[in-house]
Amino acid sequence: MKKTYKIDVDCANCANKMETAANKTAGVKNAVVNFMTLKMVVEFEEGAVPAEVMKQVRLNCKKVEDDCEIFLK
Amino acid sequence: MNRKQKKVLIRIVVSILLTVVLVLLPDWQWKWVLYLLPYLVIGYDILLKAAKGVRNRQPFDENFLMAVATVGAMLLGEYLEGVAVMLFYQIGELFQSYAVGKSRRNISELMDIRPDYANIEEQDGQLVQVDPDEVETGTVIVVRPGEKIPIDGVVVEGVSTLNTSALTGESVPRDIQPGDEVISGCINMTALLKIRTSREFGESTVSKILDLVENASSKKSKSENFIAKFARIYTPVVCFSALALAVLPPLVRMLMGLDGAWGDWVYRALTFLVISCPCALVISIPLSFFAGIGGASRAGVLIKGSNYMETLAGVRCVVMDKTGTMTEGIFEVSGVHHNTIDADKLLEYAALAESYSTHPISQSIRRAYGRQPDQTRVCEVQELGGHGITALVDGVKVAVGNDKLMKQLGVDFIDCQAAGTVVHVALDGKYAGHILISDRLKPDAKQAIAQLRRIGVSKTIMLTGDRKIAGEAAAKELGVDQVYSELLPGDKVAKVEQLLKECRKREKLAFVGDGINDAPVLSLADVGIAMGALGSDAAIEAADVVLMDDNPLKIAKAIRIARKCLRIVYENIFFAIGVKLLCLILGAVGLANMWLAIFADVGVMVIAVLNAIRVLSVRKL
Repeated sequence: MKKTYKIDVDCANCANKMETAANKTAGVKNAVVNFMTLKMVVEFEEGAVPAEVMKQVRLNCKKVEDDCEIFLK
Repeated sequence: MNRKQKKVLIRIVVSILLTVVLVLLPDWQWKWVLYLLPYLVIGYDILLKAAKGVRNRQPFDENFLMAVATVGAMLLGEYLEGVAVMLFYQIGELFQSYAVGKSRRNISELMDIRPDYANIEEQDGQLVQVDPDEVETGTVIVVRPGEKIPIDGVVVEGVSTLNTSALTGESVPRDIQPGDEVISGCINMTALLKIRTSREFGESTVSKILDLVENASSKKSKSENFIAKFARIYTPVVCFSALALAVLPPLVRMLMGLDGAWGDWVYRALTFLVISCPCALVISIPLSFFAGIGGASRAGVLIKGSNYMETLAGVRCVVMDKTGTMTEGIFEVSGVHHNTIDADKLLEYAALAESYSTHPISQSIRRAYGRQPDQTRVCEVQELGGHGITALVDGVKVAVGNDKLMKQLGVDFIDCQAAGTVVHVALDGKYAGHILISDRLKPDAKQAIAQLRRIGVSKTIMLTGDRKIAGEAAAKELGVDQVYSELLPGDKVAKVEQLLKECRKREKLAFVGDGINDAPVLSLADVGIAMGALGSDAAIEAADVVLMDDNPLKIAKAIRIARKCLRIVYENIFFAIGVKLLCLILGAVGLANMWLAIFADVGVMVIAVLNAIRVLSVRKL
């Protein structure tokens, strides 16, 4: 399953770091952060609960880039 | 500027003022304490972020680097430089965030073809504006002059002209009348239109295109991935080099019995840290691609991802379909041969005999005849599927059809040597000549091939299912290098596979088709280009690059846009890495001070961002 989330982040390198962090999170099959459109597209692993996984993704992203935000709908 | 940016701007101004005042003040033993004032004003958030980074075990970020470099400079007694580095770093960040935000908005505006509302006529004749999302298929909507058509549909009332430039980049307006299909995103120019919607808003062309363009830059190119990897390695490497630079040379000097000169080497190491931020690279590459995709979509070329932009720039071999791509796909009578009676008379007989038929060939004969056939003169019409038609016209037995029909009727016929479809005509069982019907080349097709050659495409190949004679004639007129004719759809796939094998590794192959029955070939090629795709979902889905109108000149244009974009990407990569390496070397040998280091960081980034924005202008390409 694929979902798109709006994000807020200031620099492109930080966006890359978020992408790495999101990809390392359990339950995420593949994550792509698009700095120019400020969007994160997350493909979840089978059986993963997006809401739960995204909470963790957000925490992990906060760890690598304090200033970022992921808007969980 | 948003609130965050304004706050930073105020801090920058305050800090600059404080620093200027301090520089003008006379020297004093405790002056360094005062320097902390502008330093903290401008850099407190960086210091905080650096501390947080260390706590989260993510030390190598630019905040940490800036914190170490500036605190180090202060400890060495270089107060002014410490403040200045922080100040310039913040100015650079502010500029970057402003420039990126601005181009993000500009490009989004360029691509903003989203209609805000649809008009629906109420019972009492009043127009009501509703959300296009809520309009059901089959509803009649009203589009006033100057408004955007919100949803795909068919015109039920009104004759007007449409401006399609937002979709196609083409400025020539399109005339429409009742019965014509119209697509969303076009602007109605002259008169009120009533349109019966044929799709939901979400399925309409405009939604599809927006979706495609918005997601385009998520498919990352090789250069973007390279930079992301590079950034991941670059910063730690430079940091450890800085550490080595600060510690090793003084130790060696001490071992040799010289003075360690610690301060000197630590200062050099700190300049290293300032240069080590990879931001210029990391921002300018995606920005270039984003601007390139935005500019291209403005010109009616939709590129589905940065990766395709890269492939498109490397295209050296263009394989194209004939019918519908290089030709109009509309059949036209191009001649009457071996006629025993007057050509016009022959056409008249044929047109009358075919007056009840809806076959494209019959339609083209009627068009050539030019008048409305008087159907009262025709009787006993018999349509023989796959052969032709027989009818009684003015009492004359007319047979119009192909070779098979003539053979069946036992009429001797003369075959045609020219390219095209041949329609034989027999009158009262005697051969009266044949009508040649051929597809017309697009007016710009020849120039399109010439342009491809001029921009360095070394091979142009045409594939067609048409007769050999037709394929070769078209190829000769267009000037393509090779032509393969009489191919079935499956043969086209095999041919492209073979051509792909023949290409060298860095040469990319593009296939151009109309996307209707060549989806497998489109996805097989390195880059599949669908043209005339306006309103055709299959084409938009199957292709990597979509040309919104059916002008073949756009093929060369798409390649040129991609090349420009890639050229700027490479310029930025080489420029940024080059300047940084140079400054690192100069810094290591003690020739670069912190001011140069700031240029290597902030200056390079500003230049790279400005360069990236250059991609947006594609009009003259």
